[in-house]
Amino acid sequence: MENEKNRKTSPLLALISPTQFILGVLLAFIAGAVFLWVFGESPADAYGALFKGAFSSKRYFAETLLSTTPLIFGGLAVALGFRCGLFNMGVEGQIVLGGMAAAYVGYAWELPLLIHLPLALLAGAVAGGIWGAIPGYLKAKHRIHEVITTIMLNYIVFQVAAYMIAVGGPMKADNELPVSPDVLPTAQLARIWEGTRLSGGIFIALIFAVLVWVFLFKTRLGYKMRAVGLNSSAAEFAGIKPGRMMVWAMFLSGALGGLAGAVEVLGVHYKFYSTFSPGYGWDAIAVALLGLNHPVGVVASAFLFGVLRSGSITMQAIAQISKDIVLILSALIIFFTATNQTLRPILERLTLRLDTRRAK
Amino acid sequence: MEVWSNVFSLALFTATIRSATPILFPALAGIFSERSGVLNIALEGIMLISAFAAVVGSYYTNNAWLGVLCAVIAGVLTSLIHAFMCINLRADQAIVGTGINILGAGLPSFLLLKLFGSQGISPIVERIHEWRIPILADIPVIGPILGEQSPLVYISLVMVPVSYFVLFKTPFGLRLRSVGENPHASETVGVSVFRFRYLGVIISGVLAALGGAFLSVSYLAQFVKLMTAGRGFIGLAAMIFGRWNPWGALFACLLFGFADALQAAAQASNVPIAPQFLRMLPYVLTIIALVGAMGRANPPAFVAKPYEKA
Repeated sequence: MENEKNRKTSPLLALISPTQFILGVLLAFIAGAVFLWVFGESPADAYGALFKGAFSSKRYFAETLLSTTPLIFGGLAVALGFRCGLFNMGVEGQIVLGGMAAAYVGYAWELPLLIHLPLALLAGAVAGGIWGAIPGYLKAKHRIHEVITTIMLNYIVFQVAAYMIAVGGPMKADNELPVSPDVLPTAQLARIWEGTRLSGGIFIALIFAVLVWVFLFKTRLGYKMRAVGLNSSAAEFAGIKPGRMMVWAMFLSGALGGLAGAVEVLGVHYKFYSTFSPGYGWDAIAVALLGLNHPVGVVASAFLFGVLRSGSITMQAIAQISKDIVLILSALIIFFTATNQTLRPILERLTLRLDTRRAK
Repeated sequence: MEVWSNVFSLALFTATIRSATPILFPALAGIFSERSGVLNIALEGIMLISAFAAVVGSYYTNNAWLGVLCAVIAGVLTSLIHAFMCINLRADQAIVGTGINILGAGLPSFLLLKLFGSQGISPIVERIHEWRIPILADIPVIGPILGEQSPLVYISLVMVPVSYFVLFKTPFGLRLRSVGENPHASETVGVSVFRFRYLGVIISGVLAALGGAFLSVSYLAQFVKLMTAGRGFIGLAAMIFGRWNPWGALFACLLFGFADALQAAAQASNVPIAPQFLRMLPYVLTIIALVGAMGRANPPAFVAKPYEKA
């Protein structure tokens, strides 16, 4: 963005990001295969069962899209933070809190559909946003690294969630289970594919991907945030207040995390319980990194992780391989994309060389 | 009021020391890594992998100390991944650390199913028993608190002056700190930045591994999924609160250990507070401590900044 005028350009440079994406996935899958082979598993059987579990029937494919939905929100949350130079590791907590707030508005208030559903979603977003803004404020005001505070706030919210639905807890339903009452039909997201659990949440997620893109690249506030992320002191010199941007970025990031939880509760479970997220907030980090913190990349990598999430359940049942292999693949993807900064200049040089040779 | 007098007993302080240990190890680990200029938020993951390795070692050899050895090997190997990515490939250190933390959450679960056919917890294994230190154990008050603890507790306490001495009183420590404060100047006078950063990260891996092993083969006698419960991160907070100094870190760890022991004792004595709120205490205290610590704490100047040879 800064030096574009001085830099040699080539139309081929646009292909670098997709190349990095595919390379990251490919390398992670190869490394994952080696890993499985070392531990005496057949990579072909494992991956076969994985893809079978993600695509082989209507219901399985719907589950894949179902997992993709919160991962888009979560990935956008992490990506938005990164764009402002902040590492939001608190998405898992923001998901839980967002789901909790949305469920409360969903079952406790009686309102017409047109108001009830948006209000429940908004409650999730605001709850997640406030929870995200706290580490943003602590970073801006006290220079405390947001990684530690977001992790600590996760542990706090997990306890709050457990308290809410424990015996005698304020959100406990009138039954034997540690769950909240059911969300009223006026606050439920409609199912859109008969015979499956897929809700309209997937479209809301895609709309938010567009909104985040517009926000980051077409608005003043988005521009200022990215300026802080690229070079905080230069941005300050240009009259931007980095502290204020950090709080805003963490608020919006947390709000996206909260929405992930709200959509999950209002669209899939119709009630709140403390373990409704199988760790989407952790996958979200890999989703954002693999997607190079760009909304388009986030949607693509969210779908990949949706495949992994839904496929791994079948894989555990058929091939007796722990579904936590997703976490191992996720770690591998993070390792390979983390070296992007080293890789990118090399790829750019190669591309330019290729281009000059073609021009001759 | 009576329930509260049950909480504040001598046993509370014994538990404080015991609870401080799995925070003190990662805190010291963080100091060695960050003093050399490498941010190490991977400690949580390293502890989890090591805790699991300790259980595997103890399970197959029926010797908990060999389990500790396995933990140290696993900790060093995991740290080497961190070191290679951060130092050689100059990757973002926070991102690589997160990758290792996610690996630490996934790898033990994968192997639990593979080796023991179980989900979430391992079988019970041989553990390291407490030692009774002859004269010390007979002193009133101090005896019950310090006289009969796990040998790993004593190792963690001894590591405080040892770390201080190594870092601040030896040429090795001076060089290690110099590559974290001003790597370019260090290289000019012939100190290899890469070598000392590697050493910092490896020492860090050994210490974090001891913390993980303490949890799985001394404090408990089995591996439980995600058993570190954020202690790697609390250790980092203790490091910051203690201004990257082992003595300061010890003080912070005793404070966090006290919070942990207090909430456990309060739960056991049925105080009229919901157990979930008691369990929050160490995490809330960590945030408060960081707010209090910052402003007067300055990290090593070149921490998290990859070094590029000129």
